[in-house]
Amino acid sequence: MFDIVSFIPRAVVQGIPLLLGSTGETLTEKSGNLNLGIPGIMYVGGISGVIGSFYYEAGKTAQDMNTALTILIPLGCCLLGSLLMGLLYCFLTVTLRANQNVTGLALTTFGVGFGNFFGGSLIKLSGSSLPSIIMTNTSNVFRRTLPFASKAGVFGKLFLNYGFLAYAAVAIALAAAYVLNHTRTGLHLRAVGESPTTADAAGINVSRYKYAATCIGAMIAGLGGLYYVMDYACGVWTNDAFGDRGWLAIALVIFTIWRPNVGVLASFLFGGLYILHMYIPSGMNLAVKELYKMAPYVVTIIVLVLSSMRNKRENQPPASLGLAYFREER
Amino acid sequence: MNNKTKTPLFHVSRRAALPWYKTWAIRGAALLLALVLSGIITSLVTGEDPFAVYGAIWKGSFGTTRKFWVLMQNIAMLLCVSLAVTPAFRMRCWNLGAEGQALIGGLASAACMITLADKLPNWAVILCMIVTSLLAGAIWAGIPAFFKARFNTNETLFTLMMNYVATQLVAYYCVVWESPKGSGTIGIINPKTQIGWLPQFPSQKYLMNVVVVAVVCVLVYIYLNYSKHGYEIAVVGESERTARYVGIKVEKVIIRTMLLSGAICGLAGLLLVGSTNHTLTTTIVDGRGFTAVMVSWLAKFNPIWMILTSFLLVILGRGAGEIATKFGLNRSFGDILTGIILFCIIGSEFFINYEIKLTRGAGKEG
Repeated sequence: MFDIVSFIPRAVVQGIPLLLGSTGETLTEKSGNLNLGIPGIMYVGGISGVIGSFYYEAGKTAQDMNTALTILIPLGCCLLGSLLMGLLYCFLTVTLRANQNVTGLALTTFGVGFGNFFGGSLIKLSGSSLPSIIMTNTSNVFRRTLPFASKAGVFGKLFLNYGFLAYAAVAIALAAAYVLNHTRTGLHLRAVGESPTTADAAGINVSRYKYAATCIGAMIAGLGGLYYVMDYACGVWTNDAFGDRGWLAIALVIFTIWRPNVGVLASFLFGGLYILHMYIPSGMNLAVKELYKMAPYVVTIIVLVLSSMRNKRENQPPASLGLAYFREER
Repeated sequence: MNNKTKTPLFHVSRRAALPWYKTWAIRGAALLLALVLSGIITSLVTGEDPFAVYGAIWKGSFGTTRKFWVLMQNIAMLLCVSLAVTPAFRMRCWNLGAEGQALIGGLASAACMITLADKLPNWAVILCMIVTSLLAGAIWAGIPAFFKARFNTNETLFTLMMNYVATQLVAYYCVVWESPKGSGTIGIINPKTQIGWLPQFPSQKYLMNVVVVAVVCVLVYIYLNYSKHGYEIAVVGESERTARYVGIKVEKVIIRTMLLSGAICGLAGLLLVGSTNHTLTTTIVDGRGFTAVMVSWLAKFNPIWMILTSFLLVILGRGAGEIATKFGLNRSFGDILTGIILFCIIGSEFFINYEIKLTRGAGKEG
């Protein structure tokens, strides 16, 4: 029997890192930057938070730890780490006008390497005696749910049973959608992504918008990495455990046709597709499970093809996506 | 805010072509800067002497004959995938699906090795492997190319997604063909009969791959620089409108080039499965599809320079493994070093393409 009540919360928990990653990437792409460094940035965001809380939690018991600091230190480290990655990407692609695909891929190589290196060597480097990187106390704070969630029955299980970052993710996505479509800033940002020449002529500072959107996008995506470690993985860092979720987040951007508000439900759908293979009864045939894991990517390809076939103007990627802007070159 | 017009400190303008020795001097300086930066970071993180680390990288790559040939093999495979993506890149068609195309080529040759082993003689199996793997790679690249040509579907994102479809397909067959049962991996295919193992030079296991890739390298160079097809690719890459105007069928060029791109990726898969590993795993391509993008771009899409850039990137990766064991660090340290070097070289391109003039004191313009 398909257990929907246990399936949905797990799909949501899987979907949250994807939602954060795709919201960040959508903002970035709206400014015309195709940041393929998102997988790397999410790794860096995760490991930065881990490093912060590792040093804070070292040698402390749960009573010693200040709740606010327990949250703020990893959060701050995570935001700082991903901001630096975003700045690096912007400096190379906007200021130095480097190729975005190459820069993004280099950023991913660097970021994943950074995450795995510190994940694998943090204990040796800090000289601590712990056997592995486990931040149970920090994770417990991040996973804290509303006190009455467990008493609210099915409703509580489906809607209230998540850590605060999950709600923050939804709020960020909705806020991003609002800013993009209903504010002047959003209008300017979209103009920069569609036609930087026009935006420049209209007096919009193209570089500033590109920098701001990409850096904020990177910070949001970095939060996805933090959520994964602290909430989903219960504060345990395992190398390569984050896997291909970064690429899935980029797929989600296409799937939602560059709309963060659609991303809220779509990310839960993707989270569901990601774990579908555990719920479909396939008997002893393990091989079929591998085929089910293909689903999110196949669905994305279909959406990509359909949206280009229908060729509706509001469903297209930002027109200048992937191109560097140089004022003197028209 | 004051309303005075501010003169920016710099004026940036596009350069006319620099002589080749100047461009390579800039790149050399960037590389040097990168090595110094990585040296500083290495000593900060590990407390080791950076020269010892670089020495270890060198030793790890060239220390023994075996290490040298493993290095050569790795360079050859990376170069092969890089050669594959280059024709598409010259056309400004960002094929990021080399990973999947090589994987599907490997899958095709593994399929031939497993299913045809006791039905056909060895030479026929090998022939089937060559044909199917090239074809599989070409098809995998051809699907995005068709939609790109027909509906202008974004090929960067499409090929990226195709990678994961290929990975899961291979994962599926890894379970279907698993041996021994329950292991979830295929293991060495036909270990006794050696059916479908590509022929080798008796002296060196990896020499065959190196020779094949060297031949492909020269062929791609000639194709891109001295053939009509290569010229058409260059024109489409520079300006699609110009291409249309002079009567080049852009759709046809896109599909043809991507098919070629995929076929060479398929060849890489064939070499990996049939000649090097004699097995198939989901990670057999080992991220080369992505590294190839950087190799190709760093060499300015020139097949001959790509030998140098793939050499550089492979040495870093191999050397990092050596550092990892020697200094008790995590293997991923090499990725960090690679990242730093890439950032520096990527950044240096700016100084090759653009010229910076100080404007301060030069009088007010406009």
